[in-house]
Amino acid sequence: MLHIVACIKQVPDTKIIKMNPKTNTMDRASAPAILNPYDAHAVEEAVRLKKKYGGTVSVLTMGPPPAVKAIKKCIELGADEGYMISDRAFAGADTLATSYALTKALEKIAKHQPIDLVICGKMTIDGDTGQVGPGIARRLNIPPLTGVKKVVEINKEKGYAIVQRKLEDGYEVVKSTLPCLFTVEKEINDISFAPLPNMIKAARYQPTIWTADDLENVDRKQLGLKGSPTIVSKVWAPPKPEGGQLLEGTAQEQVNKLLSIIFEKKELFQ
Amino acid sequence: MPEKFDCIVVGAGPAGTACAYELAKAGVNVLLLERGEYPGSKNVMGGVLYRKMMEDIIPEFYKEAPLERPIVEQRFMMMDKESAVTFSYKGLEWGREPYNNFTVLRAKFDQWFAEKAVEQGALLVCETVALECIVENGRVVGVRTDRPDGDVYADVVVLADGVNSLLAKQLGFHREWRPDEVALATMEILKLDKGIIEDRFNLEPGQGCTIELFGDATKGILGTGFLYTNKDTLSIGVGTLLSGLIKHKIKPYELLEYVKNHPMIRPYIQGSEPIEYLAHLIPEGGYHSIPKVAGHGVLVVGDAAQLVNAIHREGSNMAMTSGRLAAETIIMAKEYNDFSESMLDHYRMKLMESFIGQDLKKYKDATHHFDAFPQYFERYIPMMNRAASQMFTVDGASKWEKQKKIWRDFGSTGEKLKLARDVIKAWRVMK
Repeated sequence: MLHIVACIKQVPDTKIIKMNPKTNTMDRASAPAILNPYDAHAVEEAVRLKKKYGGTVSVLTMGPPPAVKAIKKCIELGADEGYMISDRAFAGADTLATSYALTKALEKIAKHQPIDLVICGKMTIDGDTGQVGPGIARRLNIPPLTGVKKVVEINKEKGYAIVQRKLEDGYEVVKSTLPCLFTVEKEINDISFAPLPNMIKAARYQPTIWTADDLENVDRKQLGLKGSPTIVSKVWAPPKPEGGQLLEGTAQEQVNKLLSIIFEKKELFQ
Repeated sequence: MPEKFDCIVVGAGPAGTACAYELAKAGVNVLLLERGEYPGSKNVMGGVLYRKMMEDIIPEFYKEAPLERPIVEQRFMMMDKESAVTFSYKGLEWGREPYNNFTVLRAKFDQWFAEKAVEQGALLVCETVALECIVENGRVVGVRTDRPDGDVYADVVVLADGVNSLLAKQLGFHREWRPDEVALATMEILKLDKGIIEDRFNLEPGQGCTIELFGDATKGILGTGFLYTNKDTLSIGVGTLLSGLIKHKIKPYELLEYVKNHPMIRPYIQGSEPIEYLAHLIPEGGYHSIPKVAGHGVLVVGDAAQLVNAIHREGSNMAMTSGRLAAETIIMAKEYNDFSESMLDHYRMKLMESFIGQDLKKYKDATHHFDAFPQYFERYIPMMNRAASQMFTVDGASKWEKQKKIWRDFGSTGEKLKLARDVIKAWRVMK
């Protein structure tokens, strides 16, 4: 029986978020909080693997109390249990401190039931770093398999996993020992329409919530802002693309114009 | 095995949520189903929430609910093309506890209200569409949703699924509404600075004003326009009977654009920025259109039961009260473990004895009357404007002469008699 843990995060919906024009930071209150879309695919894959090989799926998040909603979303998707670490001591964490805190929580979960596989989304849509997954793998000393686009096989008895990793010009097939950690691409699966019993279970569900004190062997200096060496020295908005040209006229005229422009600027395409 | 609840409420609008809240508070195991992403995401209303009926459910809700502004002034504008006769009442007693009513934005308010029901123990499941009632041996025993393994059972199902109530229709409780039984309302939310709103509407900080628009606001089609003040937005809209839109071959958004550009309205909204566009049907059939509201194992509440007083633009209050009365009936039915139609029909009796039944009865012919005799909106409102203009224009003519001119403007002797008859008829349908 596999025990898969998906690490997830509640993020502001950056598709509709407004930026503060003065500080160039996100106005988090201006957008609803959602389950990070990549993480939804991570949970979905965990649930599919559970259905195929048997086992349980736990989800883990770090966040403020409203992040319970993101865990409930995962229960809707078919996760069995949810764990949340929530404490002011975790606030202001960068990817280094976040991976540390999540690792401590994973160690605690593993004591209860050993973990065979950790799945994370490729990255979060608010930070876009993609560092937390590999950070956890390094701290747990297990192989990180990033950019997973397909899980070919999991074999717990023989202790290996085979996956396809996305590359710029294709994909590679990788075989790894278990336990290991995947970070997954969106194309790995389509999110299923949750069955009603899951929806009802999620509406009732209360996750296990741990504070910093509940975790074991924690070095407090590595938590939250204190444990975050990242310095944001400057934030700026990307320059707006310029120089676009709208072609007018009949379809034939537009095509002719387009071809002549391409011909003029052919060096750009070489 | 599909799960069984004591009660399933379909729709988390004011009616459904009020019902679920009261049931949960009484310890009834209730499932509240909502098709939207969250309660309020699909709901539309001009924006007036009545304090009394809400307080019947949650006392002193105004201390924590997300409200926009308490209304201290209600204006009524009888509009012609370039003029308006306005009357209004402003009372500062409405600006203090316990208040009279408030403007609200439904997306925020409904979400808050549903959270309150969840706190009481109701189970809220969103993004789930109830497709039909499950009927066994002539009794409603549950609901079939659009989700996999989507059947769920209950002793009683409350249909709070809004104006079209497909579920009640499937049960044969009502037919398709006629175009003169529903109004189509379109509205926009316009962003405008708080201070500018208060200046333009003559308000103290935090206070609110509503303006109802008659006559040229709807180009003479039976219906009303409205302009309400929110915290830092305005709600502006028009609602007309669907039959009127069909008859005049006019598109609802054209009517909204017309109101926004009307010289009597434009100065209020100048410089504002539209941030949302909403449209919804409103059940305005009134008393005669109230469908069957109780059956074996099923009750119908709110818009689904046509509970709207179009004349006084009241609906959300009736929704809440009907939800509460349905809950009382279910709690009683549960004591006797009897969910038959004869037991649940107590709800209909409570409904008819309450202000809902009484008010809808009072105005039972009003909408139909004004729909059948368009001269009130098309002819008499412009006439009222001309009379006011005549009387208040100082041009050297004596007031007697002015009265004579106004009298002549009322038309021939025959037309005057018709006017007198229309006034009496209007009094009869409104009294």
